[in-house]
Amino acid sequence: MATPKQEAHWQKTKGLMFITLAIWFFFSTVVFMFAADLNTASFLGYKLGYYMTAQGSMLAFIILIFWSNNRQEKIDREFGFSDEDREED
Amino acid sequence: MAKTSKQFIQDLPKIYGTYTGGFLLFIILMGIAEKMGLSGRNIGLAFVGFTILIYALIGWISRTTDVDEYYLAGKKVPTVFNGMATAADWMSGASFVAMAGGIYFGGYTYMAFLIGWTGGYVLVSTLLAPYLRKFGCYTVPDFIGARYGGNLARFCAVLILLIASFTYVTAQITATGSIAQKALSTPAFPVSFEFGCWTGLITILLCSMLGGMRSVTWSQVAQYIVLIIAYLIPIFWISWKYNFGVFPHVMLGDEVTRLAALEQQYGLTKHTKDVMDAAKIPSDALGNATSLKYIVSGHSAVPAGHEVAWRYISLAICMMVGTASLPHILMRYFTTPTVTSARRSVGWSLFFIGLLYLSAPMLATVSKISLMDPNLPTAIIGKKISDVMAIEWVKNWVAVGQVKIVDFNNDGILQLSEWFMNEDVVVLATPEIAGLPYVISGLVAAGGLAAAMSTADGLILAMANAISHDVYYKMIDPKASVKQRLIVARVLLVVLGSLAAIMASFRLTGILGAVAWAFDFAMSGLFFPLVLGVWWKRATRTGAIAGMLCGLIAGTAYLVWVGVPNKDITFFMGATPWKDIHWIFVDNLRFGIPGALVSLIAMVTVSLITKPESKAVMDMVDEVRIASGKTVLRGA
Repeated sequence: MATPKQEAHWQKTKGLMFITLAIWFFFSTVVFMFAADLNTASFLGYKLGYYMTAQGSMLAFIILIFWSNNRQEKIDREFGFSDEDREED
Repeated sequence: MAKTSKQFIQDLPKIYGTYTGGFLLFIILMGIAEKMGLSGRNIGLAFVGFTILIYALIGWISRTTDVDEYYLAGKKVPTVFNGMATAADWMSGASFVAMAGGIYFGGYTYMAFLIGWTGGYVLVSTLLAPYLRKFGCYTVPDFIGARYGGNLARFCAVLILLIASFTYVTAQITATGSIAQKALSTPAFPVSFEFGCWTGLITILLCSMLGGMRSVTWSQVAQYIVLIIAYLIPIFWISWKYNFGVFPHVMLGDEVTRLAALEQQYGLTKHTKDVMDAAKIPSDALGNATSLKYIVSGHSAVPAGHEVAWRYISLAICMMVGTASLPHILMRYFTTPTVTSARRSVGWSLFFIGLLYLSAPMLATVSKISLMDPNLPTAIIGKKISDVMAIEWVKNWVAVGQVKIVDFNNDGILQLSEWFMNEDVVVLATPEIAGLPYVISGLVAAGGLAAAMSTADGLILAMANAISHDVYYKMIDPKASVKQRLIVARVLLVVLGSLAAIMASFRLTGILGAVAWAFDFAMSGLFFPLVLGVWWKRATRTGAIAGMLCGLIAGTAYLVWVGVPNKDITFFMGATPWKDIHWIFVDNLRFGIPGALVSLIAMVTVSLITKPESKAVMDMVDEVRIASGKTVLRGA
């Protein structure tokens, strides 16, 4: 069975997963529900709706993955489950 | 041995740095040769031949007889290099050749593919990659087989893997074949499309047969470098040449605005079915052009309405969830040294993919404005048709049926709606359109080939490994020696590759249709069994089998029911007429939605009515969820 420490680690991991997927859902779906409205605004000289699909959301995904990975690594270290010092198995 | 391999890993940046420098030097030398009179055809041939030779050489150097090396590249591919290899594995002929063209003609609605083919990596990184790496499996069905136990679950996973990957690989060999055909043909010795396919296949096999995952990994890194250079150089060059901006990605705002004005000036007209038929341009039941396209949607306009939003979002969801279920991508993360590096490597993958995907809309922009803006010397819209027909690149593409001009109003002037072009031509012809030297066209051909080959490599390897490891070794002959297993794996590579080449020679669909289907198949059958295997302890063997089979059957049944608005594939669909499903808009590109929903419902229901799995399985899942410690399969 999972030890209390593993249980707590998994609770935190799950929490991060839900936050990450919520941000992901925002940039992959919610933004494009309103893309037509966004297109009246402008960003860097591009219409905003066009910009989000051409570049904005993709950049958000890249940043999101790196951010979420850092958070996860912190959680792993906090509970002593990190494997960063391990060379090979 | 251990020492030399460690040395090799440390030397990687130097090795690939030299390689990149050498490739750039080769481009410059070719440029000089062109100035001195080397013909365009020979330049194309030199580019294609030179790069293929390098990939084959890498494949040969990386040969191996070790099982861990063959299936997992020794689990020592560094994070960033695995990111590059995944990016090459990921970006197929469709991404390289077809995507910018799709954006060029489809505008906003097509760009759902951009979101779909990038957003999925968030799912891979949070839900799957680190846990599958911790498992230490050789293949994706290996995970299903070990988590749920039993040969049936394993076999179902192999089945879905084969269906999805085979659909995908056929399209890649088609792309390899058409590029190889163009590069190898000479007026004196014209080669057929089939010949191109088989030549492509042989070079693909050269990269994978001797060293399995190890060869594929190191040639994919090399292929990534070629394809990204080939994609970015034309965009920057054109942008500098016509003063669009030093850094086109953030500086094309004016050009995008200008395109909207030009569209208004020339007018966006949509032809009716009768007009298309009279001009002998293939179109579907609704009069939408199917092969040769013309511009009907605004470049940066976002059509309003719930229908457009739902079509966009549903397509993006299918591609994203499909991304997280495609075995040839997931298996790349089995090759990293640690769990943490697998997770980081997903971020790098998306970064390297982003370099190309962020550029695709910009390529579409510079290509379109080169044709449309009357202030530029390259413009053709609004010019006399007789003058346009005399331009060298127009003549060449018209001769092979990829470009067509129809003077609907008989005024002798080329209107925007009178210019027809195959989508794939946009990327391949943009250097010529913008008047760049031929050496850039040769470079682009080499890039397209690298993209198609690297994806085909990964897919064929995923299929051959699943059959050799999961079916042959795990089910048929668990006592097989290492030598036997590797021989079976290699024979399978040849057999599967040949089957794909034979399928490709039938030319069933355009590159994109078949690619989107692969995502839908994978998501219908594999997504929930994989994710719930890690995230839901209560998931049982029977539940997973039900999820895989019901999802696959429901998705396939929906695809056959809904049909395709294109006569080309009635061969596969039987006589099913295409249904005009205007109430939910879930068409053949989106059949993963009903498939995955059925899969989820079946898996959860059946899991809940069957007995929970044993304590051993629960402990295994607990072990998978933490990064530290030995891999689960090795520890067991």
